[in-house]
Formats: sequence, C-alpha cells, structure tokens
Amino acid sequence: MALSKDEVLAGLAELVNEETGLATESVQMDKSFSDDLDIDSISMMTIVVNAEDKFGVKIPDEEVSNLVTVADAVNYIADNQ
Amino acid sequence: MKIVVTGLGATTPLGGDVKSTWDALLAGKSGISTLEQPWVAQYEIPVTFAGQAKVPASEVLTLQECKRLDPSSQFALIAAREAWADAGAPEVEPERLAVEFSTGIGGVWTLLDAFDTLKERGPRRVLPMTVPMLMPNGPAAAIGMDLAARGGVRTSVSACASSTEAIANAITRLQSGEIDIVVAGGCEAAIHPLPISAFAAMHATSRRNNEPELASRPYDVARDGFVMGEGGGAMVLETEEHAIARGAKIYAYLVGGAVTSDAYHITAPDPEGSGAARAVLAALKQADAGIEDVVHINAHATSTPVGDIAEYTALKRVFGDHLGNIAISATKASTGHLLGGAGAIEAVFTVLALKERTAPPTINLDNQDPAIPLDVVTSPRKLPEGPILAISNSFGFGGHNAVVAFRSYE
Repeated sequence: MALSKDEVLAGLAELVNEETGLATESVQMDKSFSDDLDIDSISMMTIVVNAEDKFGVKIPDEEVSNLVTVADAVNYIADNQ
Repeated sequence: MKIVVTGLGATTPLGGDVKSTWDALLAGKSGISTLEQPWVAQYEIPVTFAGQAKVPASEVLTLQECKRLDPSSQFALIAAREAWADAGAPEVEPERLAVEFSTGIGGVWTLLDAFDTLKERGPRRVLPMTVPMLMPNGPAAAIGMDLAARGGVRTSVSACASSTEAIANAITRLQSGEIDIVVAGGCEAAIHPLPISAFAAMHATSRRNNEPELASRPYDVARDGFVMGEGGGAMVLETEEHAIARGAKIYAYLVGGAVTSDAYHITAPDPEGSGAARAVLAALKQADAGIEDVVHINAHATSTPVGDIAEYTALKRVFGDHLGNIAISATKASTGHLLGGAGAIEAVFTVLALKERTAPPTINLDNQDPAIPLDVVTSPRKLPEGPILAISNSFGFGGHNAVVAFRSYE
C-alpha cells in the first residue's frame, strides 16, 4: 500500500537526520534543502539514494536538481511509489 | 628558534586518551587481543589478532562524523582534539596554524567497502563521500577543517616512518617563520582482512594466534613478526616564544628531526643500518647534541627477526660504547605496530618519558636475543635529572628512516 505524504515526510525526515544530524522536526514541507537545511550536494545524493531504498522508488539523477524543497521530494516520492 | 611541545593526544590499543594509554603502558599491559570479527573465520585469515583501539571512535565522535570520516580520520580527529585541548585551545591566526598529519595506508576501509558496494549493488550505491574519505590526506584535512588551520595541511607518506616524518616536517614549517603552531602526528586504521592477509602473505606479522598478548615481543629470541595496531597520536608544536607569550604549559623541546633513505631494498632494512644511522646522527646534529647526551630511545623495534637486529646495528654504529648507557624502550610490545601512526604515539611516549623522567617498559622480553645486547627497559625506569635528551626512531617499507629528538624542558 502506498504511503501517505505525511508518512513519506516522516520517513524522509529520518533520512535527513541520519545523514546530517538535523532534528526531524526541522524537516518541513516548505523548507529548501540547500538554503534552509544547509544540505550540500553530497549529502543530498546520499539522502536520495537512501530514499530510493526506503521508499522503493527510482529518482533519476536529472530529477534530483528539481527537488529544491522538502515538498518537491515528498511529492515526487509519493507520486512515483 | 626553539620549538616546544605544548599538547599531546592519542587513542591507542591501550587507551582512548594519553593518560589511560600511558598508565597502561607503565603498568605493562598489552593492547593486543583476538579479533572477534566474523570475517576472520569467513576468509580463514591466517593471523587472528591485532591491537584494536581500546575505545571505539564511535563512542567519542558524533554519528555524522563517523559516517563522513574513514576510521583513520576518526582516530586522527580524536587525537588532534585531545592535543589541542591539552595545549589550552590556543588562540592563533588561522593563517599561522598548520597541520602535518600522516597515515601509511589511508582510507583502506572506505576504499574496500566501496568496492564491495560496487560489486554487490552497483555504482549508484557507491557513497558520494568515498573519494574524500579514502584519500590519504583525509585525516590531515579533517583536522585542518576542525581547527581552522589555513597555514597549510600536509600528509607525508613513508609507510611506517610516516608520522615521525610528519613531526620532523613540523620543524621546517615553524622555522620558516610563517607559522606559529603545527599540529603534527599520524594515524592508521588498517585492521581489515585485506591488509592483514597481505602482511601475512609476506610473513611480516606474528602468527602467535594462541597467545596474542605475547605475540609482540621485540628483542626476544622467540619474536616472529610484528602485530598490527590501530589508532592515532598527535602533538601541538609551537615556537617557544609563542608558547611563553600565551602562558602555555610546556612538555619538552623538539630539538631535531631527520629523514634519510636506504635505496637498498623495497622492504628489507639495510643490514648495515647506514641510512638509519645517518638519520640518528642528522637529528642529533640538528639538536646540537652529542651522542653522550642521549639517555633514552624509543626504538622502532617492531618484533620482526630481521628488523630488530638492523636497528641495533645502526644504533651501535652511532653510539658505540655509550649505547650500553641508554635506556631502550620498545613500546610496540604493548601497543602493536600502528604503521603510519606508530611514530606519532611513540613520540608522545618519548615526550612523556622526558617529562615524567620515566622510561616505559618493554613487555614480553623473556629471553633477550644475544645478537641484540641493548639495555632494554623491562619495568618503568627513572631517567636522570638535569637536561636530558631522547630520540624516537621509525623506519618504513621503501627504505624510509625518520628520527626525532626531544630534550627535557627545564
């Protein structure tokens, strides 16, 4: 069964926390990965690859640059499960 | 210009910091134990023991630091932070702070784990941090970032002479007048099935699998090779002027550092010991010292049949009859051989020996090789009062010889 967006957000927040140490509460839909959460491109790629495993989705490299905000990532994952 | 040691740091098979390591060393403890990792049986590794870090890096660093740093860099950061704090976290212009920090092998865990990942799960799963984690300058770079050192961060790689060479290089940096403080040292984290198998294949390591704590036994007739260890050591070095101006506590002077090469054989030491002897003499010359000034030597003494004799030959050439007056400590008997980190922790021991006026013991010397008639310290021994000088030797595959000399601070 597909996960809800809230469930994807919670799972993504865990991945961000594992990679960067940021509190899961700080990972909110309107936050920008780079500008608000200070996640660099190397961490972003690690989170993307881990998200593929966790959510069973494929996130092509060319798609990663479109994932600017947390909402972009949550929506992409939720729509492509 | 005089150079002083103002901070020490270490994480070793004997302890997670300098004090616990030194206390265990003086107590005659062994840091060597049987490896319980599943890969020992899985690959039928012929050597089943090593000197593992007493305190795992994961107990000291954050999860994120551990994920982004190879184990070698983790040890480096732990040792450097301790040394820096011990030095009183000096205020220094970042442009006048440098790092000279070595490893013999570099990020071997990262490299080989990444290859496993590639084979098993494909290139996309190879961690994006793989390159900065495996590069041998990774430990030095991690320290440089942590302490904001902008005066140059370097890694000299000369196998098991690496970190002694790093300390010797620090002298040049400080004497240039461009740098006030250097954090110097080295680390290694190579207790991995591949390096263990490779050293075993060349018959460099002991196979005393049933008695691991007795396996590292420099100068003993029954020695059968070195025992691999892991960890790191660091020291804060600065000009005496700078140290006094900020009211720092001072352990000792760093008075000499020299590097020579054998050009004899890729792994075997020159049996005449000429290169090693030249290194000792050059370090003493830089120290403006005579051979009779030396009261203590932390020997390279890895517990290999050939290497221990070659070092003795070199020392005999340099010191002649005075060699009998020198208290020799072979601390790898307790710590194992930290490869690129060995010189760093042994330099820490040498500085402490001067500061505490105590030469540390060499354990496991039950039956001294008659071909090596050195005065080996087997229980903590008081060193003389007054100005005294000690040296630490390190030699590496490739024919590298590195020696550093320290003088007591009065």
